[in-house]
Amino acid sequence: MTKLDSKIPEGPLAEKWTNFKAHQNLVNPANKRKIDIIVVGTGLAGGSAAASLSELGFNVKVFCIQDSPRRAHSIAAQGGINAAKNYPNDGDSVYRLFYDTVKGGDYRAREANVYRLAEVSNNIIDQCVAQGVPFAREYGGMLDNRSFGGALVSRTFYARGQTGQQLLLGAYGALSKEIKKGSVKMYTRREMMDVVLKDGKARGILVRNLVTGKLERYGAHAVLLASGGYGNVFFLSTNAMNSNASAAWKAYKRGAFFGHPSFVQIHPTCIPVHGNYQSKLTLMSESLRNDGRIWVPKKKEDAQKIQKGELSPVNIPEEDRDYYLERRYPAFGNLVPRDVASRAAKERCDEGYGVGNTGLAVYLDFKDAINRLGKSVIEARYGNLFQMYDKIVDENPYETPMMIYPAIHYTMGGIWVDYELQSTIPGLFVGGEANFSDHGANRLGASALMQGLSDGYFVLPYTMQNYLADQINVPHLDTDSPEFEKSEKYVQGNLDKLLAIKGSKTVDSFHRKVGLIMWDYVGMGRSKEGLEKAIEDLKSLRKDFWSNVNIPGDNTGMNVELEKAVRVSDFIELGELMARDALSRNESCGGHFREEYQTEEGEAMRDDENFMFVSAWEYKGVDEEPVLHKEPLNYENIEVKQRNYKTA
Amino acid sequence: MDLKLKIWRQADANAEGKFVTYPVHNISQDASFLEMLDVLNEELVTNGKEPVAFDHDCREGICGMCSLFINGRPHGPDDSVTTCQLHMRKFKDGETVVIEPWRAKPFPVIKDLKVDRSPFDEIIRSGGYVSVNTGGVPDANTIPINKENADLAMDAAACIGCGACVAACKNASAMLFVSAKVSQLALLPQGKVEAKRRVESMVAKMDDLGFGNCTNTYACEAECPKDISVANIARMNREFLCAKVT
Repeated sequence: MTKLDSKIPEGPLAEKWTNFKAHQNLVNPANKRKIDIIVVGTGLAGGSAAASLSELGFNVKVFCIQDSPRRAHSIAAQGGINAAKNYPNDGDSVYRLFYDTVKGGDYRAREANVYRLAEVSNNIIDQCVAQGVPFAREYGGMLDNRSFGGALVSRTFYARGQTGQQLLLGAYGALSKEIKKGSVKMYTRREMMDVVLKDGKARGILVRNLVTGKLERYGAHAVLLASGGYGNVFFLSTNAMNSNASAAWKAYKRGAFFGHPSFVQIHPTCIPVHGNYQSKLTLMSESLRNDGRIWVPKKKEDAQKIQKGELSPVNIPEEDRDYYLERRYPAFGNLVPRDVASRAAKERCDEGYGVGNTGLAVYLDFKDAINRLGKSVIEARYGNLFQMYDKIVDENPYETPMMIYPAIHYTMGGIWVDYELQSTIPGLFVGGEANFSDHGANRLGASALMQGLSDGYFVLPYTMQNYLADQINVPHLDTDSPEFEKSEKYVQGNLDKLLAIKGSKTVDSFHRKVGLIMWDYVGMGRSKEGLEKAIEDLKSLRKDFWSNVNIPGDNTGMNVELEKAVRVSDFIELGELMARDALSRNESCGGHFREEYQTEEGEAMRDDENFMFVSAWEYKGVDEEPVLHKEPLNYENIEVKQRNYKTA
Repeated sequence: MDLKLKIWRQADANAEGKFVTYPVHNISQDASFLEMLDVLNEELVTNGKEPVAFDHDCREGICGMCSLFINGRPHGPDDSVTTCQLHMRKFKDGETVVIEPWRAKPFPVIKDLKVDRSPFDEIIRSGGYVSVNTGGVPDANTIPINKENADLAMDAAACIGCGACVAACKNASAMLFVSAKVSQLALLPQGKVEAKRRVESMVAKMDDLGFGNCTNTYACEAECPKDISVANIARMNREFLCAKVT
């Protein structure tokens, strides 16, 4: 069995990163010019890493599937980015940010990684301001902060409702500067199809040019994957339509272990599904839960009448409303964490009390807040969100309560990496949402942006150099080498096989099916029986897909259906791994809720004695069972506790 | 609702394109415009035909990827939204809807409704950033910025680079796009250091790439899904003039 070496540096927690940097290997400037690095993905992690590595003097080749590096899905993040600046003088510190993040992750993240994340968080804000990112300011000209869930301090920096977009444009600017300088070569509308290994090390990638359909070969001394998360395995999610797991999945199939695949985050306040043609879900900021009260009808017959459109919620008297979060969690009420709020909504809807024409929605009601504060105050606080809701749903939330339902929006799991963000394949590094590190079993709000930029600006430029120091005499890998030949043959074979099926079912119909299986059995509530059924269902779906999918056209030129088919075939396989991981973890923690493991009050029950480890899965073949490796988690600087939201 | 769609089909950049008419049936008023196209494509694929290629990604109105010219307007008949946030309730049952790609020389068609907007990236590369490397920067609060300018910079920075301004302009001018970036950085102290170099270089690049001149029709502002103001164009002209006389 391969031994997992997390490579956590020696020394006290607060000195580990400093010690690492002081003793790591460096590459001299003349040698950097001889080294090529491939970066896949141009979101916060990939874009910032590519720019920073190029600034150091490396040759960087960057790939993205969109038409421009500025369109990566990081752009959709709204709320903000955390940092331990303590500008408001409210008691924040690096330790406190570290502590909140580990606790928020329900004690399933590595202490040393999270501490480093908190440590460099302040550098990120400095860097972004220097780039001209227009963060919100106070009248005195200083940066403004606001609060987010899971914290007792105000440490979130924001740029109106588009923090992700502005941070990404900062990284895109830095990348553009390096492209102009000539040390970054940018390849857009390219999709990674394989990682090419030589002597066990990552030495290149095979990509498909999405415009010409041709396969292209690119060699390097190291490869960085920053290809985002895999929320789209659920079909309906808040992820962008083209977000996919394929780059990470190809790496997994080449030997990179997959960490915590079943850890996904489900956000409670999304606009509900409204029809079977629906393509994606829209998130409404969780700040709405500050003033909105969540409820469903107390009587099932009322819920049924609402579902049929025979009754309006405004006509349901106060005594017939069930404010279930306030009922179940008197101390935290409507402000319980995301995972708890999501599960409670599902429970009510499963029991038949859901509203909307599908019965899969709950109300978020601002009536009391409007009565108490006046409409103008509510408008000032949430006007833009109310307007967005109105545009999509065509209902005025000032008059009728909003309808919301949970949706998938982030994956904590990803490729397993050590402290240096290197996978189990030497030379293959993974950053941002694509790796598993930092968030444990649940991510706190405003921490995704922090992690992406921490990895890209401040961690990978150091750790990749540490690896590359002894690669300076390694010659460039010839793209005509047998390794590339073999990879291309394999990829081409797969594409030919897909195109030859010419069955009767569309790619999207399979994507919907895998999404439904995942949502029903590997979603908010999981059980042994359900997970076993999911594994079987996914196996037969895989068979069905490879016999009956229909992809029109061929492999010459642009073929959008073929692009989707490759991604969906990977989602089906990944779904199975997620189910296996969830099945093997006989406990509930963070976003992973196993129905068998809950307290009498229905709360998540961790099993620290048996499950305080990182699950890292090794691929053994498409029809073989993957092998589970365990990396023990040691908490030396934090006292491990059970979360409680019923009493303060 | 039932609709008749007249869609521009073009196999690739070099092929000749033409309008093809497709009927669609039973479309929900609550569907988004792109979901309506998904329904059409699903039907085309089921019948073994090639689906209509169009760019899209976040479907939340922020990535700037979607780019359809609908009934003569970039992003269609609703105001201040991208195509992905346009809903079918803005159309009438039985209506004929004409769907074209962005029509502008610097944005050649790649396939059907997809165009190549990489000239926007080239303009940004010519100077649309602050030339600062990672690390070694001062603490964020050592640069106080008055709130009014910070807010104006944010207004300009809200541009999503979709290209609707170019598509709306009879001259295919990129002035609104370029001025949004020039303005954002001109309004902030961080951007002042290279302001002269930036505006000269970006304007020259814009001209090189074949974007047309601005004749102040304000069509760009009217069609911008993010309500970027033409005041940015005035600010850029001032910056440009200052750069040329100093």
